[in-house]
Amino acid sequence: MTVKTPIYLDYSATTPVDARVAEKMIPYLTEHFGNPASRSHSFGWVAEKAVENAREEVAKLVNADPREIIWTSGATESNNLAIKGAAHFYSGKGKHIITVQTEHKAVIDPVRELERLGFEATFLQPEPNGLLDLEKFKAAIRPDTVLASVMLVNNEIGVIQDIEAIGNLCREHGIIFHVDSAQATGKVAIDLEKLPVDLMSFSAHKTYGPKGIGALYVRRKPRVRLEAQMHGGGHERGLRSGTLATHQIVGMGEAFRIAREEMELENARIRRLRDRLLSGLQDIEEVYVNGDLKQRVPHNLNISFNFVEGESLIMAVKDIAVSSGSACTSASLEPSYVLRALGRSDELAHSSIRFSIGRFTTEEDIDYTVALMKSKIGKLRELSPLWEMHLEGIDLSKVEWAAH
Amino acid sequence: MNGTDIYFDHNATTALDAGVLETMLPFMTQQHGNPTSRHSFGRHTRSAIERAREQVADAVNAHPSQVIFTSGGTETNNLAITGIASCYGVSQIVTSAIEHPCVHRPALAMKQRGWKHALLGVDQNGTVKTALLNTLLNTETSVVSVMLANNETGVIQPVTELAEIARRHGTTLHTDAVQALGKVRVDFAELNVHAMTLSSHKINGPQGAGALILDKRIDIQPIIHGGGQERGLRSGTENVAAIVGFGAACELIQARLSQQDAHIRPLREHLENGLNRLGAVVFGTSIERLPNTSFFAFNEIDGETLVMALDRKGFAVASGSACSSDSSEPSSVLLAMGVEPDLAKGAIRVSLGIDNSREQIDAFLAVLEQEITRLRQLTAIAV
Amino acid sequence: MAYSDKVLDHYENPRNVGTLDKNDPHVGTGMVGAPACGDVMKLQIKVNDSGIIEDAKFKTYGCGSAIASSSLVTEWLKGKSLDEAAQIKNSAIAEELALPPVKIHCSVLAEDAIKAAVADLKAKQTDKEVA
Repeated sequence: MTVKTPIYLDYSATTPVDARVAEKMIPYLTEHFGNPASRSHSFGWVAEKAVENAREEVAKLVNADPREIIWTSGATESNNLAIKGAAHFYSGKGKHIITVQTEHKAVIDPVRELERLGFEATFLQPEPNGLLDLEKFKAAIRPDTVLASVMLVNNEIGVIQDIEAIGNLCREHGIIFHVDSAQATGKVAIDLEKLPVDLMSFSAHKTYGPKGIGALYVRRKPRVRLEAQMHGGGHERGLRSGTLATHQIVGMGEAFRIAREEMELENARIRRLRDRLLSGLQDIEEVYVNGDLKQRVPHNLNISFNFVEGESLIMAVKDIAVSSGSACTSASLEPSYVLRALGRSDELAHSSIRFSIGRFTTEEDIDYTVALMKSKIGKLRELSPLWEMHLEGIDLSKVEWAAH
Repeated sequence: MNGTDIYFDHNATTALDAGVLETMLPFMTQQHGNPTSRHSFGRHTRSAIERAREQVADAVNAHPSQVIFTSGGTETNNLAITGIASCYGVSQIVTSAIEHPCVHRPALAMKQRGWKHALLGVDQNGTVKTALLNTLLNTETSVVSVMLANNETGVIQPVTELAEIARRHGTTLHTDAVQALGKVRVDFAELNVHAMTLSSHKINGPQGAGALILDKRIDIQPIIHGGGQERGLRSGTENVAAIVGFGAACELIQARLSQQDAHIRPLREHLENGLNRLGAVVFGTSIERLPNTSFFAFNEIDGETLVMALDRKGFAVASGSACSSDSSEPSSVLLAMGVEPDLAKGAIRVSLGIDNSREQIDAFLAVLEQEITRLRQLTAIAV
Repeated sequence: MAYSDKVLDHYENPRNVGTLDKNDPHVGTGMVGAPACGDVMKLQIKVNDSGIIEDAKFKTYGCGSAIASSSLVTEWLKGKSLDEAAQIKNSAIAEELALPPVKIHCSVLAEDAIKAAVADLKAKQTDKEVA
């Protein structure tokens, strides 16, 4: 096979910058280097114009008004600004926040920080398929609930939450609704004119743009207010101070333009690749897809390989760059908290792999990956006493393991 | 903008160095891994970030483990002020009267949350009143922030002395060294401060990267949570290309500092000789300044009008600082120095870079003379 | 995590993978660890009539270091008496494989597996003598 290894199947971690995006960015790194806040000369004006064009492109992808788009250094900052900014601004009305256990750390950690500052939070557990039960959401609403944050597309399992329904519930109860869309742009259509969403976070580097740039959508009608989290020169209408990285903004604008124009075709192609990957991997016994397979972006396939240990699995698949369900801390393997929230056992969470497919993935990449997984899983299972016991028909959950 | 435009606004931002761009390009295209990822794509970008960390540390005589990467100077100053003051609970924050808004405003935001804020004044030269700090400090002071060099006047502040006083009182000194870096030698160990802010785009590096240099014994709380990058002090996927560029720019300034100084200092002298001939008031001349900065005003001439006129003739200069140029308020730095509001309102800043030449200064002075004459005539007619 | 060349070698080419008949009176089986902890090691030894280990097999569910530790001890066990086998210390395994501190527990597990296999075998032989 002629594929170049390692094969990149980790597009949900970050995407390469599209060559067209890089090309657009370069002039703003060289001749058009002005500070967009410099109002006294043309170097500044050229930069400012580029920034505003990019703002329009970002707005267009999600059908918003450009004046509703605030630049940030990335989705993490956007989430921090939205959650802390709204919670603080509306804290006079109440101090309760609703979010979900499977949110990204960039949502969970700011909420935890707010808890330390006297707010209360409900972390809803999703259903085993990763989706939120609306009745449970409804039940969590309290008179003092001021903010809810639910991601559109999950970064680990790719499931798509019913943002419209959740947003309607929030509207009914006067709750500010924030949506982390870092993983959604270019993968699902977003129409903010229709969606009952107040705040939405975006990232460039998950959509073939550069790292270090993101945006926050802040609804104008009805107007949503925020307390700024970064103070200074008063850039971005005072909501986010700091010199804007013009080339990165230009890159994000171009990346979102491409996403808008090519999303439909690209998603169809990626779905075919995903189906090919899935059917290949399903030839292997004892594999489990994590997360709902229907209400899901085609870019993500998260699979647990039973009776194979997580770390040895990572070692075995070093020819493909993927993400595993266990975050390696210095001392031990910690199973993915997302998979744990779905009710997966530690063993299955450990032995999971997230394959994320993107713009530059080929059919050959997929075929190579399927062949590699078949051979490596086979080899590791041959080594596994658990697999042997499984074949002997022993129910592992009934075995009394020697304390260790 | 046209080919003849001359850039005299290097304190606002600088052009990216071609060599720095070279080092960044691979990280904008092929080397795209997320540094947190454990596969080879991630490991490559991780090691590039660690290399940049060493370059930044080297440039300011700090240890790589003291470098926390951020999105830029504004974020870094917010992190330093808010992050340190938060650790102490309700406490006092002291900032000088000439700080950049991204130091001043976080302090005001903390004040709204119940913290105390005291301003450290400056003398007529624009130097902070060192002795005054002793009287402002008390047991409740959590952080003192005084910039190393002012962005408008270029005046260098007695930071070492201030750090000494802060240490005697058991409090923390933070310095915003954004304008000083690359123009004069900046030595974190020698300054003996606890925390220091740096920015990439002022030193021919890319926009979008900055750093906090932090004595690790200082407690600080993050202002951006989630993901745990930069030892938990700054979450969010690292801006790899910008950080790599920042590192390369730091290496560059170390290599060329003395050569640049020898080039720029005479240029400014030439400029200021000309300004004096035209009757300008140049601020901070009797005191140590950054070698590239000249801040001046003409009596009875509106600075905004003059800046616009200069731009039409192809000269990019600043009135006050870029960030506040939206408003026509007189420079708060000059007001703090006791300059009359009318004169302060017309202030213009020329900040030179290594790419400027003596011919450009001559051309500038010639145009300036024409414009002043024209504007004075207009005013005369109006009166 | 950086693995030593020896760990990688044993991981890529594990020695003596397999299963011996656990009902054979000459075979001792030790199984230690638990799936929830991320390591399960099954070690089997077979002795000849003079009580010398003539074969050893393993299967391991665990990380690269756990696989390498168990693979290594199957090599070391062959030719040893049961008492000699019981003398193998985890520190020797850790040293041979240059295990980092966070992976020392893998060598401990391998030592425990040897002890368990030897104990199993001794118990079988005692039963036989009694019978």
